[in-house]
Amino acid sequence: MGVTVRIPAPLRRVTNDLDRVEVDAENLADMVDAMEEQFPGIKERLIDETGGLRHFVNIYVNGEDVQFLQGLDTEIKASDEVSIVPAVAGG
Amino acid sequence: MAFASALKCRECGREYPTDPLNVCEFCFGPLEVVYDYEAISRVVSRERILNGPLTMWRYQDLLPVDGDNAVDLQTGFTPLMKAPNLGRMLGLDHLYIKNDAVNPTNSFKDRVVSVASTKALEYEFKTLACASTGNLAGSVAAHAARAGMTAYIFIPADLEKGKVIGAAIYGPTVVAINGSYDDVNRLCSELADTYPWAFVNINMRPYYAEGSKTLGYEVAEQLGWQAPAHCIVPSASGSMFTKIWKGFKEFEDLELIPKVHTHMHMTQAAGCAPIAEAYEAGVTRVRPVKPDTVAKSLAIGNPADGYYSLKTIQESDGDATIVPEEEVVTGIQMLAETEGIFTETAGGVVISGLKRLVERGAIKRDEVTVAYITGNGLKTLEAVEHTVKPVTIDPTTASFEAEVLSA
Repeated sequence: MGVTVRIPAPLRRVTNDLDRVEVDAENLADMVDAMEEQFPGIKERLIDETGGLRHFVNIYVNGEDVQFLQGLDTEIKASDEVSIVPAVAGG
Repeated sequence: MAFASALKCRECGREYPTDPLNVCEFCFGPLEVVYDYEAISRVVSRERILNGPLTMWRYQDLLPVDGDNAVDLQTGFTPLMKAPNLGRMLGLDHLYIKNDAVNPTNSFKDRVVSVASTKALEYEFKTLACASTGNLAGSVAAHAARAGMTAYIFIPADLEKGKVIGAAIYGPTVVAINGSYDDVNRLCSELADTYPWAFVNINMRPYYAEGSKTLGYEVAEQLGWQAPAHCIVPSASGSMFTKIWKGFKEFEDLELIPKVHTHMHMTQAAGCAPIAEAYEAGVTRVRPVKPDTVAKSLAIGNPADGYYSLKTIQESDGDATIVPEEEVVTGIQMLAETEGIFTETAGGVVISGLKRLVERGAIKRDEVTVAYITGNGLKTLEAVEHTVKPVTIDPTTASFEAEVLSA
């Protein structure tokens, strides 16, 4: 049993329409790599050329914005829920 | 007649059809409406605008709607008032207040929601929804009522009473969330992927945001077809700030006004100033904050248009000002006592921010300056309740003389 990752609509074309995927990973950077193995093309949509999170992507672990945690180094465990959410909303 | 031809990603330039979409599938960048400006320039003129309705819909050629069936509560064309008393106090000869607190639901949000709800009907949505810091809640609920749509309003649970009741009265489902606006916004982004609803500030956002351009058009028209030298604007997500600027630039490009030399000044309250802090630090990446401010309508810790607001500041040679929390109420009082306009906390941020700008020499006495007042003070009574002391007396002359005149 891995970590559950919630996939937003703009990414579902890459995840074969799955709105949730499960991956084995110990931190968010590993999670992105693990997702890339299952769904090639997803990594470049999330990570920019400097290796950081793209400007308009927010990732939450159990509802907390990872920018308040350790960014892509944030550790995750099997019971966590990770949510990928487009940043362009609200206001 | 519609001149909106596509949606385009502001980051990577990919184009999309004009569908209910807000995010680029490839890079997650924001989608913005593309217009056929050549076609618009053949139609639009000062005369055509002057002959239009006395609402924001006089600028329909520059709004992304298809037909003539706007969901219209008669929003816009609000007063641009000369503010001689406040001007004298601050040392400005040409200060104006754009009083957008007198819209149908008492905030500028009616502009964006009028466009968003009109689009929602075009797309045949049955349900209108939003994540709100307060003003949007009332506006979405009212427009849904007018349009015969179902409404779901999501707000942080700590919102001022006036904003909660002011939304609930129109009959929507009001959902208060235990969390900040940013939590509400995240939840709504997830719900927007699941339910076939028009979330005005999520899947309708490219259209919604365009409504704020009318705050630029109107001020330019009301100043006799010219943009002001300075605009002072409150910011939460930063969207309105960028769109006022866009409005001026479009009018300039369409030769409706001369070249624009406006300096765009953003104001935020100290308890939630992520964009202004990025400006001060000289970085383009806005670091989110956990809001703790009396200006709840500006309490967005992770502002969607922060990056583009910083670009607007740069393009317009403007700046950003952080207003200390204790000056928010002072600003409200200053405007009320000098010009007879009672604004909510965001307006207090604007007036105190304006004062700071003048004090540091960013605005000169003879320059045309417009302060944007975007919400009504009756919605945030809690913020100022402690500052007023009405006197109660017996109905006698003696009591009046003793308790009032001699007090």
